[in-house]
Amino acid sequence: MNDRVDTKRLDAKDFKSDVKPIWCPGCGDFGVLAALTRALAMLGRPPEQIAVVSGIGCSSRLPAYTSAYGFHGLHGRALPVATGLKLARPDLEVIAVGGDGDGYSIGGNHFLHACRRNVDMAYIVMDNRVYGMTKGQPSPTTESDWEADIAPEGTGLRPFNPTALAVAAGATFVARGFSGDPNGLAKLMTDAIQWRGFAFVEVLSPCLTFRPEQKEWKEMTHAGPAEPIGDPARAAAWMLEDDGFGLGVIYRASELPHPVHLHRVVALAEIEQEFAL
Amino acid sequence: MAEFPRFIGKLHMQQETVAFALAGSGGAGVMTIGAMLLEAAARAGYYGLFSRLSGPQVRGGEAAALVRLGTREIGAPPDRYDLLLAIDWGHVERFVQEIPLSTNSLIIGDPKMGEVPAAIAASGARTLQVPLAAEAQKIPGGRPNMIALGIVAGFTGLPQNAIEDIVKGRIGGKGEAAIDASVAGLKRGYEMAASLDVDVRLPAVAAAPGRWLLTGNQAVGVGVLRGGVRFVASYPITPATELVEWMAPVLPRLGGQLVQAEDELSAVNIALGGAYGGVPSMTATSGPGLSLMVEALGLATAAELPLVVVDVMRGGPSTGIPTKSEQSDLNLAIYGAHGDAPRVVVAPLSIADAVPTAQWSVEIAEALQTPAILLSDQAMGQSRAVIDAPAPDTTTATRIAPEEIQPRAYKRYALTDSGVSPMTRPGQPNGQWIAEGLTHNEAGTPSSAAQDHHAQLAKRLRKLQQYDFGARWAQIEGEGELAVITWGSTAGAVREALARLRPRGTQIKHIALRLIAPLQTERLTQALTGVQRALVIELNQTAQLHRYLLGHAPELAPRLSGHARPGPLPFRPAEIEQRIDSWSAA
Amino acid sequence: MTPIHSLPEFYAHALAIEEEAAARYQELGDQMTEHHNQAAAELFFWLAGLERQHAVDIGKRAQGVALAQIAPWDYKWQSAESPETASPESAHYLMTPWHALELALANEKRAVEFFETVARTTPDDAVARLAREFAAEERIHVSYVEQALAKEADPTAGWDEDLDDPQAVE
Repeated sequence: MNDRVDTKRLDAKDFKSDVKPIWCPGCGDFGVLAALTRALAMLGRPPEQIAVVSGIGCSSRLPAYTSAYGFHGLHGRALPVATGLKLARPDLEVIAVGGDGDGYSIGGNHFLHACRRNVDMAYIVMDNRVYGMTKGQPSPTTESDWEADIAPEGTGLRPFNPTALAVAAGATFVARGFSGDPNGLAKLMTDAIQWRGFAFVEVLSPCLTFRPEQKEWKEMTHAGPAEPIGDPARAAAWMLEDDGFGLGVIYRASELPHPVHLHRVVALAEIEQEFAL
Repeated sequence: MAEFPRFIGKLHMQQETVAFALAGSGGAGVMTIGAMLLEAAARAGYYGLFSRLSGPQVRGGEAAALVRLGTREIGAPPDRYDLLLAIDWGHVERFVQEIPLSTNSLIIGDPKMGEVPAAIAASGARTLQVPLAAEAQKIPGGRPNMIALGIVAGFTGLPQNAIEDIVKGRIGGKGEAAIDASVAGLKRGYEMAASLDVDVRLPAVAAAPGRWLLTGNQAVGVGVLRGGVRFVASYPITPATELVEWMAPVLPRLGGQLVQAEDELSAVNIALGGAYGGVPSMTATSGPGLSLMVEALGLATAAELPLVVVDVMRGGPSTGIPTKSEQSDLNLAIYGAHGDAPRVVVAPLSIADAVPTAQWSVEIAEALQTPAILLSDQAMGQSRAVIDAPAPDTTTATRIAPEEIQPRAYKRYALTDSGVSPMTRPGQPNGQWIAEGLTHNEAGTPSSAAQDHHAQLAKRLRKLQQYDFGARWAQIEGEGELAVITWGSTAGAVREALARLRPRGTQIKHIALRLIAPLQTERLTQALTGVQRALVIELNQTAQLHRYLLGHAPELAPRLSGHARPGPLPFRPAEIEQRIDSWSAA
Repeated sequence: MTPIHSLPEFYAHALAIEEEAAARYQELGDQMTEHHNQAAAELFFWLAGLERQHAVDIGKRAQGVALAQIAPWDYKWQSAESPETASPESAHYLMTPWHALELALANEKRAVEFFETVARTTPDDAVARLAREFAAEERIHVSYVEQALAKEADPTAGWDEDLDDPQAVE
């Protein structure tokens, strides 16, 4: 007979801090925060065993809004910090978050290598196709004809395809979610966090302040592949053909065994013998 | 068997040390024999220092092994080399400034390889032609470098069987034929040495147990491991690469790990991730990499994360001279970061000093929750030395942790008297905190309020200023109205110079700084009590330490002069001796 | 919709509706407070309080029933989230109490529709009875909100106009 109030079972609100977000009301990141707290509640690990690592930008404010350990570091450098934290402390659950500018522009190189390194963590990018925090410049995922103060005629540049990039860089789990579907997103996040390797979740998360037209996104999302695609080439092809609004786990590699190197741990004095004459 | 002219007269012995330069190109193998010579001398009970010169080629370029041996720890290159032995002369004249010779020196060359280059002969050194190549050909599989090794070892009086063991140890993997050829070459060299009247024997010593043979890079590695570092992230860069390559297989055996990053921006941030996780962490680089790491230094300062950053300095600026040494990164180390971001800067004085000083840098970083930059340099990093085994030091670095935490009440950046705020380790219940680069309040919540900014700045300054760094801040020797102030590896040449000056009556104090930032003004002022004039000696163009002292301890200014010059040529004791002579007379 | 089969499942859904609604209204209230929209904030906090009370009531009714433990994505909602949970995108920092009540009205109507559909599709009689009851309850809420809405002035043209440019805070 279950008591409704189960003190041991974690609830989404156990993962929210008391800090009130500064995001604009209507921001998609609220949906992402809701999804993340629900996913963490489902995973069952207490907040002190979770670490949320971010860079700089509106999305990167997220760690302070959770009750987990966190790191609000440099623009574009969330993934190296998350990598170091997870490698040094494999016992923790490490989640990296940030926006499209932080992750794909200044963070682009780290993104590629994080996919390749396949360290066990989830990376959640809140993609609103704009630099929101600095008041509306194009990002690597912005449409080429979007006019901005800094690019009055649009950039004329083709946007990245982050999901295809991730596959080419060696990622083993790639999904796309939508902030307007927090429950579906929570499921994706749960899968991503439980994935033993680098799990990339690109989340369409509208910015109504600088991209009010993104209100249309809720009409444009559609289901992704019925089953996650297991072959990277087919997955990349699907991603490149898709209109960028297909949701779900798109690519999931057949599980790679993580090589476990066992080392006999010795005392430092034994190491120092190497120099003794 | 006098098949070649006998050399008449002894080589001049300088300061109980002897110095050899072994040059060759195109795979002559001079580095190998230089290393063997040092090892043989070390096992026989001598101290030594082995450095290298090389051309720009990846392989087969001109190279010289510089070996200095003696009966006391050696911390500087010699004023001049007693012997330059060249297996061939391919572009060896490029090294003319780095292999100083005098009329008391001996040059040995192979007649088959042509004349001694004019630039080198201009030294006035005596020359001797020895047919190394011809002799080598008489031995199946024989190589001139083994004969050269035998000759030089014979000159020094090192026992032949000891060198044989070392040769076998190094060449062993290449098979019987190679061993036989090498040993035969060695033997021939010894024979030839015996028939030359060249005596550079060092005073006899007993083989001394309790010594180490290692490079400066390895010494720093051992030091940080002693300090508790168990997580390293790095990006390869000359001349720091060997440091991390040494650490890479060692760390897993200590329960740690090393990650190669995709660039220095990543390396330092990966290390910060480890540091946040509660593991003492480190990265190693050189000047160009440190430039990239500057923003992360600011983050570590603002978010109060312990981190050791090793900079093995090389010629700068920009890509500079990757393979040679200089002390020109001091400004970057002290000031590099936007905003007011003071941090700790230490510089070991020698390869021997690198072990305890590197350990100390970890202790400081962990105790003060701040980045500590350790300035080593190419001269120390890539040189190999015989040192007294560093005494075990079991002091471990510790972070102050909070005693009791109420749920949702922990303030990571609490204002304390010491300026150091207790720090939890991820995983600890109720201890959650966000490492924050934005200016923040005590709880770590971002804040642009003046009082929070001022309070946190003051706290972080206070923690550095109020910490008792103890006696290790400098090595102080001697007394007098004159003083010399140095930092890092300059100490070695200065010590030798002063050892010559003091017996002649010069009363002079040497203050060798290990801790440069935060400046220990009180202690320095105390050390300069009674000193009328002090000379700041450093290897950079713009007198970076001197100007730092002028700026931060202006009351000392009237007493300070500077002797600063850029690298890449190292300070030699004679240069220091002459400079101090003329300065003290002025 | 996929039918709801049992009382534990039904109660789990009913409770989630109120609890999630309360949490979302509270959050919206906090957002409004942060953005200095006192009027909308008060309204949302009031709504949050109502939903919390509903949750307490349902909790009492559900005593003795072992609730089903359902993952957030496994609930049988007909919308992205539970029917009374306003989507976060529907907020605006200058929204008026009228807008907030419009949101609430849409929520309550969705709740009515949800329970009616449950009643219609469930194979379980007890569930059907309870669902109809809850639907009736929600209809009362609907009229309650409609009355409040009637008292509220329609938003004027330019309600969302802000003469100041956005700030770059970082």
